Amino acid sequence: MLIELGAVILGLGLLGALAVRAGISPVPLYLLAGLAFGQGGVLPLGASAEFIGVGAEIGVVLLLFTLGLEYTAGELVSNLRTSGPAGMLDLALNATPGIIAGLLLGWGPVGALVLGGVTYISSSGIIAKLLGDLGWLGNRETPVVLSLLVFEDLAMALYLPILTTVLAGVAIATGAVTLVVAVTAVALVLFVALRYGRAVESFVTSPNDEVLVLKVLGLILLVAGLAQQLQISAAVGAFLVGIALSGPLAESARALLSPLRDLFAAVFFVFFGLQIDPASLWPMAGAAVLLAVTGAVSKLVTGYLAARRAGVGRLGRARAGVALLARGEFSIVIAGLAVAAGVDGRVGALAAGYVLILAVTGPLLARVVEPLLRHRLRSRPESP
Amino acid sequence: MVEVERTALPGIGLRHTITTERGRQVGVVSHRTGRRDLVIYDREDPDTCTETVVLNGEEAEALAELLAAYRIVERLAELENQIQGLVTEQIPITGGSPYEDRTLGDTRARTRTGASIVAVVREGDVHASPRPDFQFRRGDVVVVVGTGDGTTGVADILANG
Repeated sequence: MLIELGAVILGLGLLGALAVRAGISPVPLYLLAGLAFGQGGVLPLGASAEFIGVGAEIGVVLLLFTLGLEYTAGELVSNLRTSGPAGMLDLALNATPGIIAGLLLGWGPVGALVLGGVTYISSSGIIAKLLGDLGWLGNRETPVVLSLLVFEDLAMALYLPILTTVLAGVAIATGAVTLVVAVTAVALVLFVALRYGRAVESFVTSPNDEVLVLKVLGLILLVAGLAQQLQISAAVGAFLVGIALSGPLAESARALLSPLRDLFAAVFFVFFGLQIDPASLWPMAGAAVLLAVTGAVSKLVTGYLAARRAGVGRLGRARAGVALLARGEFSIVIAGLAVAAGVDGRVGALAAGYVLILAVTGPLLARVVEPLLRHRLRSRPESP
Repeated sequence: MVEVERTALPGIGLRHTITTERGRQVGVVSHRTGRRDLVIYDREDPDTCTETVVLNGEEAEALAELLAAYRIVERLAELENQIQGLVTEQIPITGGSPYEDRTLGDTRARTRTGASIVAVVREGDVHASPRPDFQFRRGDVVVVVGTGDGTTGVADILANG
């Protein structure tokens, strides 16, 4: 088992190196690796599949935890006020294509709900890296892009519990209770973090790295597990822990847990790929391409409109749209939940195809948009 | 007063930008990790930053010091305008000065004139509030604050002893 696991992880490392070379996100490559190892793939895995299953669960929890770490409660609340309208527009424009596709493909309301989430959420991991790499952090539209991402992540915190209840197939009454619990939990954490952030920190803080890692990891898994018991999704629990931690503590927690996150997140992407039969990808290819094109256009429009609302010029509006285009880890998280709950296997295949396309084309388009548009804007007479 | 525009970058940190008198826009992106990006904007398009210089903490500090060094002297000059009767003077230590390679304490400038030596500028570095054992070198510029007579007195001491 160790040999197999070692080979898999080493392989992922090599793929990661390749992705760094090519300047793209490693997520699509991990997915492809998972497809290759899975049923009907080229190299089916044996003994290590079980470990990968558990690792994948930890991967999701850590992904959401580090996402929560990125933001402080204060940022989230003030952001909600300023970017509310743009955020709602983002939600409406980008969830709709997925919902329609789900209904058209005959996957019922559950499939539609899943696909809506998949098409909606941008990859904040890919985008944050992209903005830094391209030197776009100084640009006027960047705060618009970032606050849209924050809004999406908050929407995620409400969406995931809804999704988990719907997937569990419980009655509407229980579902409503869960939703109330989820909303209360989110509000409570925001409140505690804003009011008593210090107390939480002094409990966790330790000058010793080893102690800190164990304490934080333990806390995350414990809260995630409790959240799962309450049916509000382990991922949301972890996200909330991330938000509750802030300041220097968040800084050191991030530094310490990032390597763990990278390992387990890679395992998660592989695990997702494992569950998809590569043969089921082909029938979905057409739909995936169509959905990807729609998803790209809808994000472009979102970014364009949101940036225009903030008074940004034409070039900046285009940049905002393109920056938002990439989908990645969170679309897979959503599809992963659906697949684990036994929803039609084709949902996973479609989501995988969709993410494969947009995670690669998003950053590539972002690299060419500026030279292209500059050329066009120059050759055209100045508009007033 | 220069207007500094402050923008929050959620998940990353803060951005401060200023527009210069000549219409150029420059800014600093302060990452939570301590990294600082010096960003310079396009001449025609204020939305687009064309240059991003990534600085680590130490580099940012070095740059900040370079930019701030002569500001102290300039501020003293402003102070002089604000308080009547108070004069600031910048006196170079020339080749023939009797205090070249001797210490500030040796001049007994404050006792003799009532004016204070508040800073010494050496090769672009400002040594604020130099102590009595501070040793003058040729090329130093001594910043003196006091009454008109006092500062002239210090200039005379530094030139002729």
